[in-house]
Parts: sequence; C-alpha cells; structure tokens
Amino acid sequence: MTPDPALVRDLRAVLGDEGVLLSAEACAPFECDALTAHRRRPEVVVLPRSAEQVMEILRACRRHSTPVVARGAGTGLSGGALPVEGGVLLVLSRLDRILAVDPVRRLARVQPGVTNLDISTAAAPHGLYYAPDPSSQVACTIGGNVAENSGGVHCLKHGLTVHNLLELRVATIEGEWLTLGSPIGEAPGLPLIALLTGSEGMLGVVVEVTVRLKPVPERVELLMAAFDDVRRCADAVGRVIASGIVPAGLEMMDAPAIRAAESFARCGYPLDAEALLLCELDGLAHDVESELRAAESLLRACGATGLRVAADAAERQRMWSGRKSAFPAVGRLAPDYFCMDGTIPRRSLADVLEGIAGLSRAAGLSVANVFHAGDGNLHPLILFDAGRTGEVERAEQLGAEILELCVAAGGTVTGEHGVGVEKLGPMCSQFGADELEAFHAVKRAFDPEGLLNPGKAVPTLARCADYGAMRVHGGKLPFSHLPRF
Amino acid sequence: MDRDCTFELAEQARDATARSAALRIVGGDTKGFLGRPVEGEPLEVASHRGVLRHDPAELVITARAGTPLAEIEACLATHGQRLAFEPPHYGAGATLGGTVACGLAGPARAWSGPLRDYVLGVRLLTGDGRVLRFGGEVMKNVAGYDVSRLLAGSFGVLGVLLEVSLKVLPRPPGERTLALEMDEATALARLAELGHGALPLSAGCWADGRLYVRLDGSETTLDAVARRIGGEIVRGSQDLWTSVREQTHPFFAGGEALWRCTVPPLMPPLPLGSAPLIEWSGLQRWYRCDPDTPLFDQAAAAGGHATLFRHAPVGAEVFAPLEAPLLRLHRQLKRVFDPAGILNPGRMYAEL
Repeated sequence: MTPDPALVRDLRAVLGDEGVLLSAEACAPFECDALTAHRRRPEVVVLPRSAEQVMEILRACRRHSTPVVARGAGTGLSGGALPVEGGVLLVLSRLDRILAVDPVRRLARVQPGVTNLDISTAAAPHGLYYAPDPSSQVACTIGGNVAENSGGVHCLKHGLTVHNLLELRVATIEGEWLTLGSPIGEAPGLPLIALLTGSEGMLGVVVEVTVRLKPVPERVELLMAAFDDVRRCADAVGRVIASGIVPAGLEMMDAPAIRAAESFARCGYPLDAEALLLCELDGLAHDVESELRAAESLLRACGATGLRVAADAAERQRMWSGRKSAFPAVGRLAPDYFCMDGTIPRRSLADVLEGIAGLSRAAGLSVANVFHAGDGNLHPLILFDAGRTGEVERAEQLGAEILELCVAAGGTVTGEHGVGVEKLGPMCSQFGADELEAFHAVKRAFDPEGLLNPGKAVPTLARCADYGAMRVHGGKLPFSHLPRF
Repeated sequence: MDRDCTFELAEQARDATARSAALRIVGGDTKGFLGRPVEGEPLEVASHRGVLRHDPAELVITARAGTPLAEIEACLATHGQRLAFEPPHYGAGATLGGTVACGLAGPARAWSGPLRDYVLGVRLLTGDGRVLRFGGEVMKNVAGYDVSRLLAGSFGVLGVLLEVSLKVLPRPPGERTLALEMDEATALARLAELGHGALPLSAGCWADGRLYVRLDGSETTLDAVARRIGGEIVRGSQDLWTSVREQTHPFFAGGEALWRCTVPPLMPPLPLGSAPLIEWSGLQRWYRCDPDTPLFDQAAAAGGHATLFRHAPVGAEVFAPLEAPLLRLHRQLKRVFDPAGILNPGRMYAEL
C-alpha cells in the first residue's frame, strides 16, 4: 500500500525529508519489536526531534484519519509496537534528552526516548537511581516503560513503573496537551496518570516523563539457595514473605534454566539443583544483616540443600549474571522460544509449575522457567523450532494453555510485558464482554476515531467469540450469545 | 454481619439510572464533609461488608467495600501486617470503600507512596448497574487499562466500589519519634535534608514550633539514626501521630475553614498570617484561614495545589480547578461508567 501523498506532504512539512522514511530499506528495521514472530513493514516511519513535532504529527494523522503507532526502542515482548496497515510508525528514539535531574527533590525530567539505564546513570553522581529495572534496561526507553508499565526484578519492594512516576506530559490524538500528575506526586482530579501507564500507546503519546529517584541503598546482600525439589523451593517463597521480610528481589529458576544459565554465564550455579532462589536484600546495613540471618535460617528450614551469600559486589554481579542472561542462555537450547508472562498468587506457584510441566509433556515441547517469584510473575520459556511444520502453532497453543492456567489460579495473562498483539486471545479468558466493552469505551474517550495503535491490547468481542470457539472452557463457551463470523 | 449486597445495590443503580435520579453514595458517613455537597438519594454501602481473602504470604487483602477500615486493620495486625499508607478514618465507621474513594493517606504518605499505589484490583458497580472486575489480587498485572487505580480518589463519580484488593506490608520491627524545637523555615529545610538520605523516616510533622520525625526499623538502627538526628524521644508518640492523622490535634479544632495545600517540600512558608501544620516531607501543609483566601492560585503558583478540606461555605469550589481538556476527559470517562450521570454528581466538580 502506498502512503497517502497528502499525508506525506504534511509530515515532511513538519519534519523535513530527513525525518520521514518511506523506502522499503529504510522502513525494514521497524517491521517488528522484540516479538519477532509478528512482522509488518511500515509504509511511513517518522522520526520527530521535539514534543511539538510529535503533536504536529498526531494532528496530521488525525486530519488524514491515519492510524499511528508509537514506538520507543522496540524491545517490547508483546508486539505493542507492531506497525498497522496503512498507518504511520511514530519512532520516539530521537527525543532522548535528560531535561533535568533534581537531587534535592529526588526526581528526573526526561524525554520519552531516554533509556531506562541512562536515567540511573545520570542520577548516580547524586547517590540516586531509578528503581524499575526491566531486563532490557540498557536499550528500552522510559516512554516504552510507561506504555507497558514495565517491571523488573525489584518490583516487590521498589514498585513497577506506575509507582515511580510523578508527572506525564501527553499529546492526545485530538491535538491537545495533557499534564497528568505533578512533580510533587499529588494532583487534583482523577489519577489519570495511572490509567495512561500501561495503556500501550492506545490513549495518548507521552512526550515527557518525570520520574521519582531513590537513594542507592546503603547495603545490598545476595543470598543463593539451592533446592533438590521445585515444590520445596516454591513454598519457600511464600514462607520468606509471610515472615515479614520484603526482599528487593526474589528470583527463581528451574533445572533447565539453571543449567542453561551456568553453561552460558559460568556464574557458579549448582548443576545438581532442581531449583534455585536468588534473594536480594537492601536497605540500612544493620537491617540488611538481621534480615539476611533470618532469611538464611528460614530457607534452611524450608529444605534448602545449599546456601551461599555473595562475598562482595563482584560475586553478587556474577550470581546475577546467570539470571540476567537466562533468556538468551535458554535461547541457545532451541532455534526459537516464546517468553510467557503470567502472574499468579504466590500460594499457587508450586501447583502452577507442576501444571506447566504437565502441559509441556503433553505438547511435546520443553519449557524452562526463570521468573520473579516474589511477585508471582512467571516467565515460562517455551522452546520450539519454527522450521518444523506445525511447531509454531503448537508452541502458541501451549502458551495460551499456560496463561489460562494462570487465570484459573486467580492470576493474569500478563504481569509486565503487555498484551500487544500477542495476548489478545488470552485476554478473552481473563475478562468478560462487559469489561472489554468498558475498555473500548475508555479508549473512545481519548481517541474517538480509534487512530492510536488500533487493534492492540484489547480484543474485539468478535475475536473473543472466535477464541471461545477454539477453546471451550469447563464445558462453558464464553461469549456464546455473540454471532460468529 | 458479613453480607453480599451486590444484587440490591445493582438494582438501586439500575432503577436510579432509569429515573435519572441522582444517588449520593454513603459508606460510614465519616468523610461526607469533603467535597462539594451532593443532592441525591442515599445509596448505602455499609451493609455490603466482610473480609473475603487475606493470606499473609500474598501481601494482599480483599474485602467488600462496606467493611469497616478498623476491621481490615485489626485483621492485618494479627499477622503483623498493615496498610502502609496509614489512611485516616475521620470517625469510627470509616469503610474500605470510602477510604479508597477519597484516596487519602496519613503520616507515612511521603515515604510509603499514595493510596493508589496499593490498589491491586476492584469490583465496580457502574451507574447503570453493570458489575465489572478490574485488576486482580496479584502484584503485577498489565492486562487491560488500569481502571482500578483510576478509582483511588475518584469520590464515587465513576462507580460504586463493591470490592477492593489492596497490597499490604509487614509492620516495621520498631518505631521511634524524635522532637526538635525550631521555626517553620528551619523545619522545612531540616525535613528536606533528613528526607534526602537513605534514613528510615516514616513520618514528619511541624506544629507549634516543634518538628517531629518518626523513624522505622530495628532497635539498633533506631539508636544509630536517632543519635545522628538529635532531639528528644517522644513517649507515647502513637497518640501524636493518630491526632495528626485523624485531625483531632488542637490545630484542627474549631469551625474555621481548613485548607490542605500540597506544595514542593522546600517551598518557603506562605505569608498567610497564621502558622500552618506541616506534614510529610513538607509537602502537605494545613492552613486555617478564610475560605476567600486565594489559596488555589497561591498553591498553583508555588507548583502545587490546594483543597478546601473542611468547613467550606455553601457554593464554594473545594478542589483545585482542572484545565479544560483534562476536565473534558473526566466527563467523557464518567459517561463510560455512569452514562446517566447519577453517581455523586458534583462531588468533585460541578460539571462531573
């Protein structure tokens, strides 16, 4: 499809020739985000350098009734930045300036294209940092973090993106500026800042973000506990938290993940363990020391077969390196993998892991588990070979079954990766028609013509009717009253 | 007595929508003073009560909206847990639903974060009688728009809360309050300095020429930090913090208008004639002064905003005005959840 010449003329008037990409070669790098199974080459890519240009682009798109998809670094795992047909891809990576770091008020004001890690780097000279740390933090942008409400390994204690935002400046598709929240964290009216966070680019385009900075903790300790049984390890997670300890991070890996990580990163993981817990504690020196002693004796009582405390920062980094490289490490075990993202109540960890093992055997596909146990946020990695006929479909089917298991346990189909295009089907098992209709109505309140990232995040009822036809749940067909087409 | 009144409440909402009759949502009727007055038939939520789930290992409590806040806090306390944002009750009957709808947080707010940070999920009754479920009982959840956090501080204008799931946290092992004599300007500077480091502050208050700071932590930590800060240890400090949180402190007595200003912590004292009571890190400041005082403008000019919290005269605006595009969005969102505009009309703004 060739883009509308009148639209291209308007976009060039805003950005010059250099800021508007049209050729197939120039647009190709933007055909997917980190969910590479879904690709679509955009017809037009725009690269604004200022918030005002973003606003002019949105106004032009609205004049021409053209859909527009915002994109940061393209590290998203759910296809949220997948280009849409006949649409403009709005790449925000050139809005990459840190506008202010205020050590007294402990905040940073940045443009959306600034990377997550660059905020902490800029804050470091003041003894401050930005807490949410998704594994892609070297590359992912704060704008994308806001769109996905990104998490990371330190969420239980330090919060998700939504807990660390103070103010958003947003351009609407209606051509208006919104300031949501405030640098002091209190603002009159409804807390729309929370509604915008995690809205996957469907409600507005964030052009400026003010984040809260936290003081770098005085002391950090990392404790590694090995278990010869997955269930005992999973149960230890709940015991640690019920005891009153809130770890900065509490990460779990199963045997396939441990072995893959060890052979990839040589990080000193015990190869004979069936499960591994990494428990990070941070805070004031004395408090961390007493929590560490309590955690050690508790984990021993829970049946840990081996315990090791990182001796220094270097060893701590080495022990984390295995966890942090677990995805690429597992990725070496098979030509392809899907990373799932369900969250469940912690009490169900052991049962759901057993359930996943059963589904994995039935599907004939291996699954490795490496995840944020403290948050109950699972990341089952489904290994497959796209070159084998039917294996992609089988892997997708297994993924959907795992997510349904999470919903059945009282959880959610996505903890931190977003719905995007990937989990539109599973959304139908989590929400009923009334909730989905309310989501569509919320979108219309911001975007009456449906131009912002259309087709993502919230499935249509028709799609759910089809999905329900594929998956009869407990003998009950969801959306059975809807016509099928 | 625990009871599920979803059906009756939904019937009332549907009926009111059919008649376009306004409803005034009432829980324990402890915070009716806050906001613009609402003309409407009462929709009583207090009978819809009961703690539904609390498993200490999950750090989550789920209860019906009419459950007394005191019951929630007692249930958590038996497991060594608490609501970290220390919500004010403003009366014995305060309910969970009213607490979340008003979105207020107590002394710990500057360090714990606002109430909405702890909202994980809700069941919501819409104006036209739909019962919707948003969020859930897990720590991380990005499926669908985050409607549940949007309801924190929504004053019932979008819907009637039926159930709320909140994140809870362990109680700290110990706490200590220190008092230091100083004037307002010095206290603001000291609060900023203390709040800047990694000190375990959990509350701050300046009143009557004294700065009070509360610390959380183990005894060893408290000893070490208290030596660094100085001042004298306040015995029975729980009473002090309760009186500030519940506004039973003498500062709040009498019928003069009470203004709440949230401003940048280091903003110098406002020249209003009367001394404020300062809370948190200096961010929340209470003033007793005439309702005609242009505090909406003064607070906005200082980078914050004001609320005419108590004793507003009839017809006065209570909440700081919103810019036109933002107010329009508020109205559009209200139509999504309350198409006939019957729920607490005018409680926040005349147009809402």
